[in-house]
Amino acid sequence: MDSGRSSLTSPGFLVVAGLVPLVFLAVFYFYPLSGIFVKSFSHDRTFQLGFIPEFFASARIASIIWFTIWQAALSTVLTLALALPCAHVMARYEFFGKRLLMTVATIPFVLPTVVVAAAFRAVGGANGFVPLPVFEHPLFLILLAHVFYNFSVVLRIVSTHLSYIRHEISEAAYMLGASGPKTFLRVTLPMLKPSIFASCLLVFIFCFSSFGVILILGGPRYSTIEVEIFRQAVHMFNLPAASLLSIVQILLTLAVMYGYTVFQKKTIRYAPESESLSLKRPRTPGERLMTTGTVLLIFVLCFLPLAALAARSFVFKGELSLVFYRALFENVSGSLFYIPPVKAALNSFFFSLATLFMAVLVGLCAAIFINGTRGRTAGLIDPVFMLPLSTSAATLGFGIIITLDTPPLDLRSSPFIVPVAHTLVAFPFVVRAVLPALRTIPENLKASAALMGASAFKVFRYVELPVIARALTAGALFAFCISIGEFGATVFTARPEYATLPMAIYRFFGQPGALNYGQAMAVSTILMAVTAAGFIIIENVRSVSGEGF
Amino acid sequence: MKKWVCWFVIVLTAVFSGACTDQEENRDTAQKEGKTPEIRVMTHDSFSVSGKVISTFEKEHNVKVTFLKSGDAGEALNKAILAGDKPLADVFYGVDNTFLSRALEQDIFRPYDSPLLSSVEDDLKLDSSNRLLPVDYGDVCINYDIRWFNEKGIEPPENLKELILPRYKGLLAVENPATSSPGLAFLLTTVARFGEPGYLDFWENLEKNGVVVTSGWEQAYWGKFSAASEGNVPMVVSYASSPAAEVHFSEEKLERAPTGVLTAEGSAFRQVEFAGIFKGTEHPKLAENMIDFFLSKTFQEDIPLQMFVFPANREAQLPEVFKKHAALSRAPAELSFEKIAENRDKWIAEWTQAVLH
Repeated sequence: MDSGRSSLTSPGFLVVAGLVPLVFLAVFYFYPLSGIFVKSFSHDRTFQLGFIPEFFASARIASIIWFTIWQAALSTVLTLALALPCAHVMARYEFFGKRLLMTVATIPFVLPTVVVAAAFRAVGGANGFVPLPVFEHPLFLILLAHVFYNFSVVLRIVSTHLSYIRHEISEAAYMLGASGPKTFLRVTLPMLKPSIFASCLLVFIFCFSSFGVILILGGPRYSTIEVEIFRQAVHMFNLPAASLLSIVQILLTLAVMYGYTVFQKKTIRYAPESESLSLKRPRTPGERLMTTGTVLLIFVLCFLPLAALAARSFVFKGELSLVFYRALFENVSGSLFYIPPVKAALNSFFFSLATLFMAVLVGLCAAIFINGTRGRTAGLIDPVFMLPLSTSAATLGFGIIITLDTPPLDLRSSPFIVPVAHTLVAFPFVVRAVLPALRTIPENLKASAALMGASAFKVFRYVELPVIARALTAGALFAFCISIGEFGATVFTARPEYATLPMAIYRFFGQPGALNYGQAMAVSTILMAVTAAGFIIIENVRSVSGEGF
Repeated sequence: MKKWVCWFVIVLTAVFSGACTDQEENRDTAQKEGKTPEIRVMTHDSFSVSGKVISTFEKEHNVKVTFLKSGDAGEALNKAILAGDKPLADVFYGVDNTFLSRALEQDIFRPYDSPLLSSVEDDLKLDSSNRLLPVDYGDVCINYDIRWFNEKGIEPPENLKELILPRYKGLLAVENPATSSPGLAFLLTTVARFGEPGYLDFWENLEKNGVVVTSGWEQAYWGKFSAASEGNVPMVVSYASSPAAEVHFSEEKLERAPTGVLTAEGSAFRQVEFAGIFKGTEHPKLAENMIDFFLSKTFQEDIPLQMFVFPANREAQLPEVFKKHAALSRAPAELSFEKIAENRDKWIAEWTQAVLH
């Protein structure tokens, strides 16, 4: 099946598709990164590498690397265990409030870590709703936060893919005598594998390069490679050590990607199903139980912390009050850096929209390229597209300063660098969401279109794009989320005219005083509302255009 | 599908036209005002100033001031160093005395003998070459929850030594000196107070007495401190001016601050912040004007309520809330910035061994 590929997809189309992400990465990723590496290891024009063996012999570094790997693996397994059954329910059943539930499950993804820490304290901390001693345990908090953040990644990507699988297939298995669980294990699961692996890969790499969660919720006794890079680069200004650890990070990511591509080799192709056809209402007690379980889990895991946060912003001295919201509109100290809430919300929204478009463009081209070239080239290029997600923001930020400093690329203090930096992290989500869908499309479908005279672009536009629209929406949504929740500390975004909601949150958290804390909670609540509004818009754009898919 | 494309195009145009008009507007205003020069100030995230104060400078010198916030104090300085001879700005605001050596060794600032230095306390002038000029200062020390101690009928500690007494077990939250600037300041206080290796004995005892360690100030103050909403620990390492901020940022008018500070007998560390002119600046004259302005009474009197630190210019008047509620230690811990630079990494490593093992 694969051999016929090259004759079908015109090389010109593929070259263009491949050039977009490769040029983007070359300019905004590889150039800054190589710049900082060269600067770190060279001293008086010679390379200094003598310190490397000693560095790795240190027990501390070894234990940091080991912790980084196992906590990421454990977080991924936990996330998968909770999200997979829920994804099944979301893809198969129609029930009241489903879209709202999906939105609630995704909002955690955008929250800055300081806000998540506050939300957890409000739920289970010493003065929280249900004070639980386990909320004092840093490792518990790390794992909980990773599940809290990534739950929706598995949920959205897997349930989208599941909705492509025709009902008749599992029904046929059932009629042939296979039990429900057996059908799921032997028929549905193998077909789902690509999206499960893809979402797990994202979750693993996300937790692998975890920074804020470890530093803020884990406290000083836990450190990942990312945290250590930040410490070495920012606090100790030890660039060789920071760069060396960044290289370790990159190599480990490549190893993980290699494992992923090996697992990923066999994909099953089938005629994709339209979304509405695959939905039914839960009827049997078992189905109802599963649906209720999903609703309950999302309620406890996602809704409670978000609600606790919002409640904090509306309560002053034990009474309902809008004190904190009103305070947001007053620039009490007349500060130049005062952030008007509406302006911040609009800025956040537009930066995120810009990121969304850039990430969709770059990510879609990358996915088309990987899907079109298959084999060895794809195997080499695919891992490269995942690297930005796991590369230390501190290292890359320093790299940008020393390389992008000459016109026309003097972007060091341009607002344009904000969506660019966000796109680097966001587009891998688009690639991973779209690729499984793209791979399910049977060759003969495209072949028949081509035979009837459609150009490569037309085949993509009228055959592939409608089919992957659903998956693309999921990817675009994550791109939007990545950007809207990003503080942007890697670059110079702090010009008051470009202030965003997360920056307002950090500003309020930065100074003592009860009013500041309340206002931070209020801005966090606004951030959640803007995110939810963004979801509704993005999903409606798709349903207006989806034509049944 | 047509509609889909329409949507895509509409939103795309909206986003990009939004971005473009913004830039064009900037260009337009620049042209109208006949090439107003721009002066850039690189600083850390905690920097703040009144809009009014800055516009007096802008009008007086017919210049536009742009601030680039570049991370915390250490990160901002590192970025300035990395940018090297292609500086991102003309002036830097906010190198503190724990990073002073790094900034001077890298030699990225040019000397400037501002006439206003005569109004600055000599104790604050740490750089004799005047490449970095003192602009503000404040003390890092222990803050305590007054109500908590009243309710429990326990006296708050009077000095650092008392912190290891059993009655203060589990009552103090500190920040990790490896990742937090007040955390580092407090570690330096103990080094100055107990010497080497005495400070390590103190920390080992403190660790046995249940000291709580967080990564940063936000987690200690908001997450652990009982006076600030969510925590249950009544003592935290913060600033001697934090009580003034508690009063200033409260909805109902407080007569008394909810928190007290421990500043006696060398139990506070003085953080001095400096400003300097980048060697590679294209506007040396304006940059000097900017530094003079930072040292002027107008700017200095704006400092307390913007950044909650004290003005370096002794002629600057303090606001009422500062006079009443912000403290300064009479005898802060003494430790030269050269000694700090030489030993910082070693002390942090030893501290990590003793406390976080």
